[in-house]
Amino acid sequence: MAEQSFDFQKNVDTALADTQLRANFAYAMSTLYQKRKAVFADKAETERLREIGNAVRQRALSKLPELLEKLEKKCTENGIQVHWAETTDEANRIILDIMNRHDAKRMAKGKSMVSEEMHLNKFLEEHGKEVMETDLGEYIIQLAGETPSHIIVPAVHKNKDQIARLFHEKIPGAPYTEKVEELNALARKTLREKFQHADIGLSGVNMAVAETGTLCLVENEGNGRMCTTVPPVHVAVMGLEKVVEKLSDVPPVLRLLTGSATGQIITTYFNMITTPRKPGEKDGPKEVHLVILDNGRSTILRDPELRQTLQCIRCGTCLNHCPVYTRIGGHAYGFVYPGPIGKILTPQMEGLEKTGGIVSASSLCNACEEVCPVKIPIPELIRRMRNESYDPKGTVSGHGYKWNLPEVLIWKAWALANRYPKLNELALKAGGLFGNRFPKIGPLRQWTRVRTAPRLSGKSLHEMVKAEGVDHE
Amino acid sequence: MSESARERIFSKLRPAVAAGRFDIPSPEPPPRPEWTRSEKVEKLKALMEAVRSEVHVVKADAWTDALKALARRRGFKTLLYAPGTPVGDAVKQAWSEGSGGLPALRTYEGTIENYKDTLFHDTDVGITSTRGGIAESGALILWPDAAEPRLMSLIPPIHIAVLEADKIYGTFIEAMEAMAWPEQMPTNALLISGPSKTADIEMTLAFGVHGPKELIVFILEP
Repeated sequence: MAEQSFDFQKNVDTALADTQLRANFAYAMSTLYQKRKAVFADKAETERLREIGNAVRQRALSKLPELLEKLEKKCTENGIQVHWAETTDEANRIILDIMNRHDAKRMAKGKSMVSEEMHLNKFLEEHGKEVMETDLGEYIIQLAGETPSHIIVPAVHKNKDQIARLFHEKIPGAPYTEKVEELNALARKTLREKFQHADIGLSGVNMAVAETGTLCLVENEGNGRMCTTVPPVHVAVMGLEKVVEKLSDVPPVLRLLTGSATGQIITTYFNMITTPRKPGEKDGPKEVHLVILDNGRSTILRDPELRQTLQCIRCGTCLNHCPVYTRIGGHAYGFVYPGPIGKILTPQMEGLEKTGGIVSASSLCNACEEVCPVKIPIPELIRRMRNESYDPKGTVSGHGYKWNLPEVLIWKAWALANRYPKLNELALKAGGLFGNRFPKIGPLRQWTRVRTAPRLSGKSLHEMVKAEGVDHE
Repeated sequence: MSESARERIFSKLRPAVAAGRFDIPSPEPPPRPEWTRSEKVEKLKALMEAVRSEVHVVKADAWTDALKALARRRGFKTLLYAPGTPVGDAVKQAWSEGSGGLPALRTYEGTIENYKDTLFHDTDVGITSTRGGIAESGALILWPDAAEPRLMSLIPPIHIAVLEADKIYGTFIEAMEAMAWPEQMPTNALLISGPSKTADIEMTLAFGVHGPKELIVFILEP
């Protein structure tokens, strides 16, 4: 895959130089930030709700094998066919098989980050299938041949002029218009046609309830309901961590999700699917399939600290509050999940050595942790990733890839110099004598590229105090 | 392949959850507001109107008159209703008492496979009942079924929903408990708070992107 090696620094430089991109993100993120703030105005109540969210998600993870078995049993009893995929490749093949079995050629697709993780569209298109993204944002980026730059608002990097040109060029017969209402109407017309004629619908899953075998979908547009109701077959894909234990766990998580994601008390639609079309019912898919994907999640679960990553409900609010994401946007991160959550999730899925050092792109300001609806300690986990990068005995894939002898020796020397006063004195003296003449090479040059190097004093504080004769008291 | 993938996944999950401890907090559940019926009506109405739903609070014995007046005023052409349901039967009865200037009544013929064209291209308005409402969230609860199919509230550009004021619950969790959801989850349960909307283009809110462009709610007070 092309995205497996990328130059993060170059991406950052490109993004920072793109004033349009920065303006688009700055505006959108401050809007989302304000909207969230308005729905979570009551601090004490919000804190309680986050505590509940944390409890629901942790409880689910603590019983994950049991809950997944129960979910499978309940779904099967309800007539939903459950499939297990250890890798994204397996998941893609399961879906292709289902399509082939039904001789299905056209897929109408609702928003699903897991399907992005699987690169499902590309896979199906290579096998001659037509895949149509139907969430407006996803549709826009599909037309542009791009990937989502945000978990919730995938086309947020584009402004309406760019979308106007795109629609005019890519939708047959579409007039050029910059009016948002008209652009929406164009999408509505084109996509309604697709819903009507799709052979199969695909959706993600925001929560799956083990108690009843119910798949929950949260959305505003109605395309999710279209994809899960109009075509004769519905395939839902979910990461295996998305299960919750009971139906009563749903209301608090829903409230946290919609409030954090878009600052809404509730979305337009909350869609709960428990069975395929029953005898006598006039619509709904005759077959419903649930594909449950692992893709490294079971490994993440093994580590008591890192498993907190799996509490994530994909609301995207850590992106909206991140000073780094807000400036560089989602594409710079090079993988499906950008922003703070991406910094801890991507290395665990793809391996630290492949992620181009995205874990260093954080000021550890803690904003993400303060707003996370399920209280994932993201900064702590970012620090863990940084440590893992240097730790030959670490546990995350790619651990220790940054380990190098010079750095180890420098830190050893630093530790020694700070342990023995005589050595410290000697080091300071040496620093005062030669420090300013030290050539700016390697990391030193990097560091001074955008900063003025400090001038080291020729005399240490000790010496100066001694020379001036200041009394000990 | 699928079977062995399942085995492999579970063989990793079981030891994984056993590793180390989980530190699960046990917070108090959220408070349940004690609202009167009229407070719940007001709360739900205000929240739904804020997301551009049109809400009419009417007397239960006069709601079809209000519906007829609205349909005439707005010039609806076709109205899809569900015979055999209390709402559908009331509509049919009201239309039989005089249907001048009213939209033609339609019923969902056969299954979606053969009704798709009419539903997508030749239906103005769909009218459905609701199972209740949630005051705190400003949402309607719908449990579509054989008599009242799922797409009636999604495909027609205008969705009219009828809600009895007595069935508005304070919170989602109270609705679940009162209606014993865990024991009887339907094929599809829905919460609906307004017309279809999106802000995917420059965060500009626009209505009617895929689903209904308008949601009209009649709240029936005894």
